[in-house]
Amino acid sequence: MSRHTTVIIGASIGGVRTAQALRAAGYRERIVLVSDEAVLPYDKPPLSKAFLAGSASSDDIALLSQAEADELGIELQLGRRANHLDLARNTVEVDSGERLGFDHCVIATGARPRPSPWGQPEGVHLLRTMDDSRRLRAELTPDRRLVVIGGGFIGAEIASTARSLGLAVTMVDPTAVPMERVLGSEIGRRFTRLHQDHGVTTLFSTGVQGLSGQRDGFTINLTDGRTLEADIVVVGIGAIPNDDWLVSSGLDIDNGVVCDKYLRVPDAPNVFAIGDVCRWQNPRHDRLTRIEHWTNAVEHASVVAHNITHPMQLMSCAPVEYVWSDQYDWQIRVAGEAGIAEYRHVEVIGEDAATGRFAALYSADGRIFSGIVAVNWPRALVAARRALKERIPYPEIRRTLDQLAQSQRATSTGV
Amino acid sequence: MAKLEADRGVCQGYANCVAAAKDYFDIDDDGVVILLKTDVAESDRTRVRGAALSCPVSALRVED
Repeated sequence: MSRHTTVIIGASIGGVRTAQALRAAGYRERIVLVSDEAVLPYDKPPLSKAFLAGSASSDDIALLSQAEADELGIELQLGRRANHLDLARNTVEVDSGERLGFDHCVIATGARPRPSPWGQPEGVHLLRTMDDSRRLRAELTPDRRLVVIGGGFIGAEIASTARSLGLAVTMVDPTAVPMERVLGSEIGRRFTRLHQDHGVTTLFSTGVQGLSGQRDGFTINLTDGRTLEADIVVVGIGAIPNDDWLVSSGLDIDNGVVCDKYLRVPDAPNVFAIGDVCRWQNPRHDRLTRIEHWTNAVEHASVVAHNITHPMQLMSCAPVEYVWSDQYDWQIRVAGEAGIAEYRHVEVIGEDAATGRFAALYSADGRIFSGIVAVNWPRALVAARRALKERIPYPEIRRTLDQLAQSQRATSTGV
Repeated sequence: MAKLEADRGVCQGYANCVAAAKDYFDIDDDGVVILLKTDVAESDRTRVRGAALSCPVSALRVED
């Protein structure tokens, strides 16, 4: 009889961490990690920041070396795309024609960029993979004109990196402010100013009508009638879960793989989904959620590793959301649910012009604390994440952060 | 007993370790990790390893 096997499809942060967490949890059976990319697993957040800027190498962003994989007994199958999951036979079919048998399967195929609705001639870039980042980097030479379509995290980070490399940058988005969905409009306005202060031309509340021309001579027509000239263009308008390959499996696919609170696929309790491709019944919000954050994928990996190794003590998945971004000299940290429209109660605490420090606290009603945006203020972030996890009321965390701001001011001035 | 190590030069103050195991980790005013203890009890191993795996810059290590 063959050895018990877990097959993990996808070798980005979620897939790699699942394999590592299984070993950390004492799992001694076979682990097969399948990636459609032909390169060793690497980390994606630096692709729009340090790797794009050229200050981090491919070694710096490696997630799992061949030596580490060997040491942990993780079998890597690189350059293989899964194209069918057979729930009756417990096999995954890959594009080489091979069928991989499993006892447990973890779907970690992530998401891909929403394609450019304006076509993608040479010089128009999307960013998701290391190759994408390399191709874009080769074009980011000083004084060229870059138009970034999309003011979300990816767009804002690319704008920041491109400014550091000396390009002339314009950011366009139909929303009112950058990262509006996460930050909300009030706090988002501070980020508009951040980009403007660093020389970015910001065009919010206007969309792109059409794009014509070619590299070093693009013309972009905006919905408000204006026209932009660009040498290169980046389109960062969101991501789509990589769930198409699962349609033939009969799984419930609806903007991601629908899972229960244990991240299991209903009707196939030996199959799990994690990370960007997972839409699970989240007990924290009592609804299906799909979250495209690095830390979410790591938390999913940890939960799934536990649930595979502890089938009689299943752990449900209800993490406090957490995402970060680094733009210019701002270290931006967002925990919980901050920006979504119903959270209208927003207060800014601990503002310090010298360091750029501030925290914005979000609440729907002034009683329940729902989220924080902390800039250059790690201690506030720690206190707020704890408060969110323990469901500390809003007035209490507000007081805590006020006191923290006072004490840190006293320290910094030597009083 | 397993030993916990941190590379304070690499730490960027993401604080995922504190969220995962606040009895082992804290961060200082500058956002750099502080180890509250370095000996990892057998019963805490999976949890502390999980905290190390949650570090976005791989600044933490648990050595057997």
